[in-house]
Amino acid sequence: MSRIHVTTTVNGDEVEYLCEPRETLLDCLRDHVGLTGAKEGCGTGDCGACSVTLDGRLVCSCLVLGAEAEGKKVETIEGLADGDTLHPLQRKFIEHAALQCGICTPGILIAAKALLEKTPDPTETEVRYWLAGNLCRCTGYDKIIRAVMDAAAEMREAS
Amino acid sequence: MALDDRKTDGFKYIGTRPNRPDGLDKVTGKARFGADASASGMLHGAIVRSPHAHARILKIDATRALALTGVKAVVTRADFATGLTGEDADLLENVIAGEKALYDGHAIAAVAATSALIARDAAKLVEVTYEPLPHVTDVDAAMQPDAPIIRADAADDSVPEGMHPNVVRYMEFGRGDLEAGFAEADAIVEQTYKTEATHQGYIEPHACLAQLGADGRGELWCCTQGHWFVRRMCTALLGLETSQLRVTPSEIGGGFGGKTTVFIDPIALALSRKASRPVKLVMSRSEVLRATGPTASASMDIKIGMKRDGTITAASGVFRLQGGAFPGAPTAETMQCAFACYEIPAVHEVGYDVIANRPKQAAYRAPGAPMGAFAVESALDELCRELDLDPIEMRLKNASREGTRSSFGPRFPRVGLVETLEAAKAHPHYAAPLGPNQGRGVACGYWMNWGGETSVSLAISEDGTAQVTVGTPDIGGSRASMALMAAEALGIPYENVRCNIADTGSLGINEPTHGSRATYASGLATIESARQAIGKLCERAADKWGIDAEAVIWEDGCAKPSGPNAGEFPPLTIAEIAAEMGSTGGPISGHHEATPNGHGGSFGTHLVDLEVDPETGRTTILRYTVVQDAGKAIHPAYVEGQFQGGAVQGIGWALNEEYIYGQDGRLQNPIFLDYRVPVASDLPMIDTVIVEVPNPGHPYGVRGVGETGITPPLPAVANAVATAAGVRLRHLPMTPPRILAALEQKAGG
Repeated sequence: MSRIHVTTTVNGDEVEYLCEPRETLLDCLRDHVGLTGAKEGCGTGDCGACSVTLDGRLVCSCLVLGAEAEGKKVETIEGLADGDTLHPLQRKFIEHAALQCGICTPGILIAAKALLEKTPDPTETEVRYWLAGNLCRCTGYDKIIRAVMDAAAEMREAS
Repeated sequence: MALDDRKTDGFKYIGTRPNRPDGLDKVTGKARFGADASASGMLHGAIVRSPHAHARILKIDATRALALTGVKAVVTRADFATGLTGEDADLLENVIAGEKALYDGHAIAAVAATSALIARDAAKLVEVTYEPLPHVTDVDAAMQPDAPIIRADAADDSVPEGMHPNVVRYMEFGRGDLEAGFAEADAIVEQTYKTEATHQGYIEPHACLAQLGADGRGELWCCTQGHWFVRRMCTALLGLETSQLRVTPSEIGGGFGGKTTVFIDPIALALSRKASRPVKLVMSRSEVLRATGPTASASMDIKIGMKRDGTITAASGVFRLQGGAFPGAPTAETMQCAFACYEIPAVHEVGYDVIANRPKQAAYRAPGAPMGAFAVESALDELCRELDLDPIEMRLKNASREGTRSSFGPRFPRVGLVETLEAAKAHPHYAAPLGPNQGRGVACGYWMNWGGETSVSLAISEDGTAQVTVGTPDIGGSRASMALMAAEALGIPYENVRCNIADTGSLGINEPTHGSRATYASGLATIESARQAIGKLCERAADKWGIDAEAVIWEDGCAKPSGPNAGEFPPLTIAEIAAEMGSTGGPISGHHEATPNGHGGSFGTHLVDLEVDPETGRTTILRYTVVQDAGKAIHPAYVEGQFQGGAVQGIGWALNEEYIYGQDGRLQNPIFLDYRVPVASDLPMIDTVIVEVPNPGHPYGVRGVGETGITPPLPAVANAVATAAGVRLRHLPMTPPRILAALEQKAGG
């Protein structure tokens, strides 16, 4: 089976890889690009641990084919911080103890960032429904919701 | 080691909420979990699994699989050790089937290939010939005389004659005059309660990277709660010398007890040995659900007698648990915890461990306790309604306290159940108004906790900072807790301590992060290691000053002369002593090994308000409060996190989660879409109250807090549903269809 040559942009860097037609974007990011921040928790789009953005749209990268990234812009957890400066969401997650094991954290941060770009002043209910596609089994979500709300408040003040 | 009188309050670092040391790696995607490792020349593995609930394996033909380009090895049971007995034999039988497939998803063979896609294709080409056999998946059905026999020789001597061979263990205990106790009661409830199997549901599927040479030396990277357990199990199953396998734990993406045993690790090692290359093996979610440890399911008969004033006069319980196709259902733990919250003069319990055609159960957060609590706390609630008693007052009247003889024998040391009940009663939640179709539930829970084999080292670095090396994987912030305890003991800033999780080659044996033991046991050993290092630091200062070491005290990270004849010397800081250690006697470190047994149990009381929609049967949690005794909260934010996470897993068990088997004995919901764990929009904030009744068995008073929190939610939610909907559900989960059916039955008559 011949492989597909893909040219795409990941976190601002131009990236090329060869992939099988049936390989997912998640597997391409992890195995060909070497970015293992996005995680596979289910492979069926139910847990959100593989969340990335594709041309700004929040997607489960386990449900996107690697070949579909051709010519697009992919943003992953590895691109969330600006050098040494953490994104407010990252900082608030640490401060609020919003992670226990941390496996869902990359996906939740990417999803929360997408929310705050659309809705800078979300209600608690809006945050809960937006993150309903991101499973966390450790925290019961309480501290995650608080961290997102707090980051949103800080980002509004700064803007 | 006992609680130190001098250190139960006035802490400088304990009780603060600093950022966790591994936080940065975990919010930036740098943290390396099980599936994030790779090796030069690495192959990928895939497993062939049984589609049958019960079948004889007649033939395994790998010819076509091996002919596929890129396939390097196929292993079957023939590639593992022979002649194993006891638990090791069961473990191997579960890891890879022998003569029979015992459940849907049971591993039959495995393939290693140059890519994961080829390995998966090749697994489909392995031809297995089965002879399907009759199966049984329900605990009560498995005990019936006509039930299919799953394994003829699995029962031990405890089982009374005449029972079905699927009953593999029997236990019984009790005391007091049951008959007189029930005669004394003004009201008696006698009911049967059932809970379904649930899965731990960690978001990270099992993953490992194995390398094993023909010389029997190996390396294993894996996500596990306990890598010394993994080492012992893998070497036993492969016939290796234990010390020749070094196991390095990755960061772990949740475990909840389910990662205290092995599933794929021995298979990856066997593939590596056969292919002479490293092999990575990662489970899919459906493999996790079909073939790793769910909980036991339970069927329980409870009888409790109570006086009009709320005094419990007698109680009895029969507990039937199935734990899959192998002995090991946590029946004993169910029995020990079921009545642990109360002082009961006459109590009698009978338990059965039953096998069925399901995956081998694994530990899940307070294993066994939630089932028994559901039955007993529901029955007590039924009595409170009948006798018009306040559920907290009734529980306060009967609550176990220091000196109470437990139902299972021992007397409790200092425990905090009464304090949690008082705090719940005083909480604004308990007085909040309720609307139509809303109800409030109360329940208590208990977990005994665990100490376990523990080995910790602490070394002072040249600049006076410290490294702590522990063997308990950090599953929820324990590095922060260890660093806080080391900082407190040494009197140096939290930021000056680094806590590392060692591989099996770097420390003595450590039991897993299980039994709520990490902060208790590794914490205790960290404090003792620090104190040993402090002794050496004081000696170096004494030598420098030319005085006796006994005349030196350690305070705020400095050695100071003390006592009438010590002389006047300016304090020596840890950095000053450390800078010279090479020339004053060599490295300074402390080390502590122990199997501490003063872990002390933790009690909790939960309150829940919820609303049941009478048209759809859907339950919405409106308000939830967890009150639990932590002994001493080292890092309160992570203690709260344990309370909240446990409560939400319990809510899932109560309302949504269950293993659903079809008539064909196959699991019908092996993906997260159908095995529905709670999501953010299902829940309100989870309020917490940390009660601190110091544990006499820990230098700072710590009790394990990880497990108790999953125990009260099952009955608390059921008790609230009973109020909100006016129907009592005695079978979990209380899904909308089950609630609707109960409402219709009530309306119909």
